[in-house]
Amino acid sequence: MILRSAKREYGTIIVASLMLMFLLPYLVNTYTLTVILIYGMLGTSLGLIWGFGGILCFGQAAFFGLGAYTYAVSSINFGESTGAMLLSIVIPAAFAFCLGLVIFYGRLNDVYLGVMTLVVTLILFKFINSTAGPQYIIGKAKLGGFNGIPGFHTLNVPGRPEDYIYGDPFYYFVACALIIVFLLVTALLRSSFGRIAVGIRENETRIGLMGYDSRARKTILFSIGAAIAGLAGALFANWGEIVTPGLFSLRQSAEIIIWCIVGGLGTRVGPIVGAAALTYLKYGLGQQSIVDNTLIFGIILIFFVLFLPKGLVPWVVSVWRSVFQRKFVRRPHNRRHRSSRRDLSRDI
Amino acid sequence: MDLSFVLLIELLYAIASLILISSGLAVVFGMMKVINLAHGEFIMMGGFVTIVAENAGVNVFVAMLLVAPITVGLIGLVVERLIIRHLYGRLIDTMLATWGLSLFFVGLVTMIFGNTTTSITTPITGFSVGDYQVNGYNFFVILVAISLVTSMYIFLKTTRFGLIARGTMQDPDIAAALGYSPARVYMATFFCGSALSGLAGAVLAPLVGLVPSSGATYIAKAFITVIGGGPSLIFGLVSSSAGFGLVNQFFTFYISPVYGEVALLISAVVLLRVMPQGITGKYFRGKM
Repeated sequence: MILRSAKREYGTIIVASLMLMFLLPYLVNTYTLTVILIYGMLGTSLGLIWGFGGILCFGQAAFFGLGAYTYAVSSINFGESTGAMLLSIVIPAAFAFCLGLVIFYGRLNDVYLGVMTLVVTLILFKFINSTAGPQYIIGKAKLGGFNGIPGFHTLNVPGRPEDYIYGDPFYYFVACALIIVFLLVTALLRSSFGRIAVGIRENETRIGLMGYDSRARKTILFSIGAAIAGLAGALFANWGEIVTPGLFSLRQSAEIIIWCIVGGLGTRVGPIVGAAALTYLKYGLGQQSIVDNTLIFGIILIFFVLFLPKGLVPWVVSVWRSVFQRKFVRRPHNRRHRSSRRDLSRDI
Repeated sequence: MDLSFVLLIELLYAIASLILISSGLAVVFGMMKVINLAHGEFIMMGGFVTIVAENAGVNVFVAMLLVAPITVGLIGLVVERLIIRHLYGRLIDTMLATWGLSLFFVGLVTMIFGNTTTSITTPITGFSVGDYQVNGYNFFVILVAISLVTSMYIFLKTTRFGLIARGTMQDPDIAAALGYSPARVYMATFFCGSALSGLAGAVLAPLVGLVPSSGATYIAKAFITVIGGGPSLIFGLVSSSAGFGLVNQFFTFYISPVYGEVALLISAVVLLRVMPQGITGKYFRGKM
């Protein structure tokens, strides 16, 4: 990866994303767009820990659901959304930190990590599902079991509980949140912490021998991913105005993994593109009843694993590069100049 | 006395059903190191095949013990030829492709049978012990599990194919050098694993209401049983099924079935943390 100058990269991101933010509502209605962006954020959370940290978490939905439930429960209790928003970031992160202490300090990798996260998601799902009785109550909020929690206080302007943010303003709020998360992820990956995380993904033993504590670093990265997923969960709770145990389901976890695979692992844009494309497809397909949705998603996942394992974004980039480089081949007298200039620019 | 008898039967039943749902995965994952996340769907399809065959007039035991395993085994064969064989040795990719497969099967079965609960009646009637009613079918499940484990042991330990299969799993190159085709052995093993999953689904079909998505309820249990069992196939399967079955029944009896499940999962997390190599990674080493 060529490290471009930081200012230029942040500038590009901000300009491009602001343009997208104002242009997209002309193509898709903002209600669907909002959930696409929320899923994009959820995809980013797994894309960060899996694509750059090498942690394949089968239970990213657990943090998503936990964020949504935390928001619902605390906003009922607070009667206001600002504190609830913050809590829904902090609690999944803290939960992931504890889980990370168990998993990474036990040196569980690959399959064991996958099964462990899967099992934790299932535990949460089973537990939340069984909380239908009146004895399951946190403060003023009933957990409600299979029916979930409806009717909680949705997002409001900080300090003014009566001024709700919904509809188009909520879309812009979510879009800005996604841009901020994206910028933070970019900054994180540029920092030495991010570079070492990539190093751990490539060769954990070597990084360990260089004197870095890979266990602690993985735990921290894991909880950063959970914090982003928690934020996405809280936003989703606001969008749907109800939280149900379905948020914790394996199906949800599967979808997040599919987004990352389809979009492209090891890229920052990939998971967002994957999430957007597949969510849009899902809403489109939801209107027909000839073919089952799940079937199509299964075929997409198998197809990408077998034929396009790198994902859409890296594929598009490589096609773009090959087209771009063909120019140099066509004009051989220019080739030397250009290539030497390119090498030079790479060194800078 | 009556109560303790009933509890014993319940415990044995819990262990037997864990053995049943994990045996197919134990072959596919434990021997071939293929993480088949569609395992639960293979079980689910075994159940559906049984129901269809029984409705078509086949004797229920023939449907369970012959039709379902063979059908699901053949489905497994197709899957192995089309998808899995391209992915041997690529752990994560196999995991993802079989997850895709699991979604595919859920979708397919939903399209064919609709998203409703299907079930058949239990072919064996219950009887009463003192004040308690015992489901006679539970004995059948226990019996199937016992004979399954015994025949797997005899098959792998004493027959020529069992020897070849074990040898190929240990070192495919040597097996190839000795004139056996690893690709064929893998294919046959995957067929056996899928057939075992089909059998499990078929035998459990009269006890559960089948929905297309019910594979998800098996997959986690099967995985923790196999991983908790560790490297040796049969000893691992039996010991971890016994352990998890005990935990499950204990909490089911004292609190509620939901907590039984949750306790099972939590004990799996603890077990993995303490013994990442599984039970047979620490005890019964070198046994089969």
